[in-house]
Amino acid sequence: MSILVNKDTKVIVQGFTGKEGSFHAEQCLAYGTKIVGGVTPNKGGQEHLGLPVFNTVKDAVATTGATVSMIFVPPAFVADAVMEAAAAGITLAVVITEGAPVRDMQAAKAFAVKHGMMTIGPNCPGVITAEECKIGIMPGAIFKKGHVGLISKSGTLTYEGANQVCKEGFGITTAVGIGGDPIIGLSYKQLLKMFQEDDDTHAIVMIGEIGGDLEIQAAHYIKEHITKPVVAFIAGQTAPAGKRMGHAGAIISGSAGTAKEKMDALEAAGVRVVVSPAEIGKAVKEVLSK
Amino acid sequence: MNIHEYQAKQIFAKYGVPTPRGIIANTPEEAVANAQELGGKIWVVKAQIHAGGRGLGGGVKLARSMDEVKQLASEILGMTLVTHQTGPEGKLVQKVYIEEGADIVDELYLGVVLDRAKEMPVIMASTEGGMDIETVAHNTPEKIIKIAVDPSIGFQGFHGRELVFGLGITDPQEQNKLIKFAKALYTLYMENDAEMIEINPLIKTGSGDFMALDGKMGFDDSALGRHPEIAAMRDISEEDADEREASQYGLSYISLDGEIGCMVNGAGLAMGTMDTINYMGGTPANFLDVGGSANAQTVAKGFEIILKNPKVKAIFVNIFGGIVRCDRIANGILEATKLVDVHVPVIVRLDGTNAPEAAEILRNANIPNVIAATDLADGAAKAVAAAKGE
Repeated sequence: MSILVNKDTKVIVQGFTGKEGSFHAEQCLAYGTKIVGGVTPNKGGQEHLGLPVFNTVKDAVATTGATVSMIFVPPAFVADAVMEAAAAGITLAVVITEGAPVRDMQAAKAFAVKHGMMTIGPNCPGVITAEECKIGIMPGAIFKKGHVGLISKSGTLTYEGANQVCKEGFGITTAVGIGGDPIIGLSYKQLLKMFQEDDDTHAIVMIGEIGGDLEIQAAHYIKEHITKPVVAFIAGQTAPAGKRMGHAGAIISGSAGTAKEKMDALEAAGVRVVVSPAEIGKAVKEVLSK
Repeated sequence: MNIHEYQAKQIFAKYGVPTPRGIIANTPEEAVANAQELGGKIWVVKAQIHAGGRGLGGGVKLARSMDEVKQLASEILGMTLVTHQTGPEGKLVQKVYIEEGADIVDELYLGVVLDRAKEMPVIMASTEGGMDIETVAHNTPEKIIKIAVDPSIGFQGFHGRELVFGLGITDPQEQNKLIKFAKALYTLYMENDAEMIEINPLIKTGSGDFMALDGKMGFDDSALGRHPEIAAMRDISEEDADEREASQYGLSYISLDGEIGCMVNGAGLAMGTMDTINYMGGTPANFLDVGGSANAQTVAKGFEIILKNPKVKAIFVNIFGGIVRCDRIANGILEATKLVDVHVPVIVRLDGTNAPEAAEILRNANIPNVIAATDLADGAAKAVAAAKGE
């Protein structure tokens, strides 16, 4: 078991024939992901990486039965691509592209929700179910199969966290990079619920950062609904206020969105909060050997 | 990206948001000419910097004669203005805005920002104009009205009614004027991909009109491509020179107060590295995200920018190689040490794809001040020790 995706998930790629789309689609195929085709307007009917190319997502879904789309289109076209996927009946869009305007994502997400489509990202490493299905740009080899679910706003901290968990002798069910933009698709709350309901997941690692209040909402949710052990790290305890720390959403506005308020809220919800990301692996070992 | 007050007011004017008349000046002579052109008996000389709190810092002054306009403009132009938002180093004032004096009866607050939890723009308003809104929110949250506007329906009549009744405005003419004002502000927020607008204070004049006495605007950097006229308003003298240089090379850099330079791939891990250094008793000198494609050139540039800071006593390079293989990064680091004179200890932690090969490369190179680390904790500990001269 796992969440969101597995070895049978049929995936298409929007922005399939572009440089990034091609490179990562190839990596995903090598990992074992069941990519069944891709979409690039005006290249419909061609073949790319041995797979069919379609002009529209609608055509791709009708022919291949794909349910998930991995999106690599340039930033200005992200909203259009997400809405096209939603309208065509895709159930999960994974948006890797960085730099989509916030106003676009606002509209695209609202449309996606209306059509019952889940979105991951934008500006994220994607989602991986260890040793089954990788949809994104993460290095697949570090994700060994196991029983820890991982949710992170940061790409490299996803790798850091997963690597430590695996080095301690544990493994990952599914890891989801949710992205650090001001408006994102799936967030901690929905994913925590999925991991809680997944029998194979025994513990959850949650990696957050400064800015916004998704982690605080997650803390409230954990207190009420999550019985599995949760380990959390919040990046940016040493970040200055008012400065955007790399991610578009990673900014302390006035006195809101600090690491401290998030860590306090999570601790109050019974979460094992670590002060350094170097402690994630050890903390997982601790909570799982209790 | 942020813009100056006078630029925000140019945008306001385009959308029919009333402001006092004003003209920008670069010299005291221009200031006087502007005041003469505006006419009247009273003028405000306003320092143009990207920071709030200008009035308290002495950057906004009233003039009652041309001599005073000239006097105040020469004092303010060239001054280093320190406010609670500039940091102790302050900001150099290079432009002053000369504005006609206004007849103020009442001061309100009006702003538009993205509510990340609701995923919609929210109009914020308060009767406590002229005060720091953070303080109002903290001490008297009930005095702030928040009205979320769903962009799929836009600004409707009920949004306007919530606003005016919330602010206790009872005169129907005044109600209409303020609703029109707020609607225009919402429209310009959406059409220009603004990230935030703040009018503090929004004044009511003796004749019952509403005007933006101040104006602050920030924009979504990701959307500037479709707003060339706004991108052209960028004032690079307001930006940190090192941060700007770094961004030209695809590096995201922010300087801090500490002693350990950090070079990391990924924003989250970069913050996590700073936190780990702090946790182990050291102090980070900067945030630096080299991005996904760390190579010899970007690493060399990173070293160069970090080493401009004389406080740096050690550098911690912390890379988790994903798609980019660690052996390639190791070679990049070696090459970079040849391009830049790195005179402090460099602690290198490379993990991920091909990490053992990378460690081998660094070991064989045997550069005296390059110290290999096995993981994040080990690297941070070694960097903290090196900075202390241990």
